[in-house]
Amino acid sequence: MNGLRKLVDNIKPNFEKGGKFEKLHSTFEAFETFLFVPNKVTFKGSHIRDNMDMKRAMSVVVMALIPALLFGMWNTGYQHALSTGQEYTLMEAFWFGFLKILPIIIVSYVAGLGVEFIFAQIRHHEVNEGFLVSGMLIPLIVPVDVPLWMVAVATIFAVVIGKEVFGGTGMNIVNPALTARAFLFFAYPSHMSGDKVWIEGMAGGEGIVDGFSGATPLANAASGLMDKLPSTWDMFLGIIPGSIGETSTLAILLGAIFLLYTGVGSWKIMLSFFAGGLAMGLILNGFATDTNPYMALPAYQHLLLGGFAFGGIFMATDPVTAAQTERGKWIYGFLTGFIAILVRVLNPAYPEGVMLAILLMNVFAPLIDYYIIQGNIKRRLKRAKVAA
Amino acid sequence: MEELLNIFVKSIFIDNMIFAYFLGMCSYLAVSKTVETSTGLGIAVIFVLGITIPVNYMLENYILKKGALDWLLGDAAANIDLGFLSFIMFIAVIASMVQLVEMIVEKVSPSLYSALGIFLPLIAVNCAILGGALFMQEREYSSIAEASVFGLGSGVGWFLAVVGIAAIREKISYSNVPAPLRGLGITFIATGLMGIAFMSFMGIKL
Repeated sequence: MNGLRKLVDNIKPNFEKGGKFEKLHSTFEAFETFLFVPNKVTFKGSHIRDNMDMKRAMSVVVMALIPALLFGMWNTGYQHALSTGQEYTLMEAFWFGFLKILPIIIVSYVAGLGVEFIFAQIRHHEVNEGFLVSGMLIPLIVPVDVPLWMVAVATIFAVVIGKEVFGGTGMNIVNPALTARAFLFFAYPSHMSGDKVWIEGMAGGEGIVDGFSGATPLANAASGLMDKLPSTWDMFLGIIPGSIGETSTLAILLGAIFLLYTGVGSWKIMLSFFAGGLAMGLILNGFATDTNPYMALPAYQHLLLGGFAFGGIFMATDPVTAAQTERGKWIYGFLTGFIAILVRVLNPAYPEGVMLAILLMNVFAPLIDYYIIQGNIKRRLKRAKVAA
Repeated sequence: MEELLNIFVKSIFIDNMIFAYFLGMCSYLAVSKTVETSTGLGIAVIFVLGITIPVNYMLENYILKKGALDWLLGDAAANIDLGFLSFIMFIAVIASMVQLVEMIVEKVSPSLYSALGIFLPLIAVNCAILGGALFMQEREYSSIAEASVFGLGSGVGWFLAVVGIAAIREKISYSNVPAPLRGLGITFIATGLMGIAFMSFMGIKL
């Protein structure tokens, strides 16, 4: 460790002002702070620099994503085996998924970080760590069969239009990972929805078992095939077709516990998000008729299906794009969950509503904050007047 | 009653004036720097849409449409079609309503009046207002109640869009936006992203 520190210190002058590689300052800075906690101290005022800086907070989220990622790898292999009628052992299934998913992760990181580094050099700001999380989220919310170049295009779009034009990490108004997914969804719908994309090799049609359907449970429910739904237990464990990381509610909850324990994710948003989804589910149950069996889908199953849990834990809680006032978080989370289920069930154009619901509330989060703050100001003014 | 509610919800979210048709962009972009002024303009637009559309509806159905003059002239009027006058009539109604709004705002809130500046009288040429009247004509609402609900809903949709973008612009005024994009450029990009978010309602059938 000391040797590494010395090496970094030795080459540091080259990157300072006037050094040989002055232009690459931000690149160097990114690697240095990645390796070591920065030793900057403040000189004026009473600021305390916490070593829980953005880089560490982001690493915590990436760690929280690992259970979902590992489960997604196994599930990819397992679903592939199921579709082709082979028998895979646990390790074989995992290895199959690992080989399929690793390239997506690499492409997403290389494309996104490439853009980040270019922007950092041109605009002379530090390389933003926010992409560590987005780069991991993007592979987890796409179908496994997605072509790699699409991942690259969507990632670049999301980083440039979703984030860098607003000034980089912390300034964006919509979640970059969801921007990437929305871009893919509207630009290449045939690769992002349907029955075949969720299982590796199925679109190519290699030796599919007769009668096997790769449709997600939500797609089945939307077309009224209620008898094809998996058991609640399977939904919870996530042994169902779907985007890579979204299927297993169990793995996502493990990540959620980690996020809550470290204090990185907001429990208010998570709780109100699930409450909102449950409320809308129950309302729909109340209106259910025989002609629309989808509405009768038990509300608690809605919470287990599709990207609901994943979106609620990892996307809606994004501290940048969510509401930032404490009371605003309750409203924001509740409305997100509420609209997610509403779009999912009532909008025949989309099988899933979580992505667009979160984007929609991202857009209105500043407005919620504005009204909460104005309300606070008014209340305090009133109190001041009464006292006087 | 259910039909009215459907039209209301539809005109706010699904057929949103800004995000579905991109109408009324000029004042949307120009008066969205702070939430306060945009709230004022939004309310003015709700008011103007909510009044002009029912009035235009009556004009359309009792004077302009083919055979609309039956109530006055009897069968002799069955072939009279004043439809070619509809643009100019709609605009005349809108312009007079805007004059009214302007007088009210000046009286009630002089500070808002000066903040809105030229954009208040310019509501008269706001495309969302004439657009609303023409949509009303095209969609052939069956009663004046439906037309008024449509007008109010469109106004509320426009209001939501303009206060939404204003809150975002207040927030990103602290951001380090690249110099060439500052101001209108970033607002256009933000509007596009909002449009993607509003796609969540497209396709809902009520």
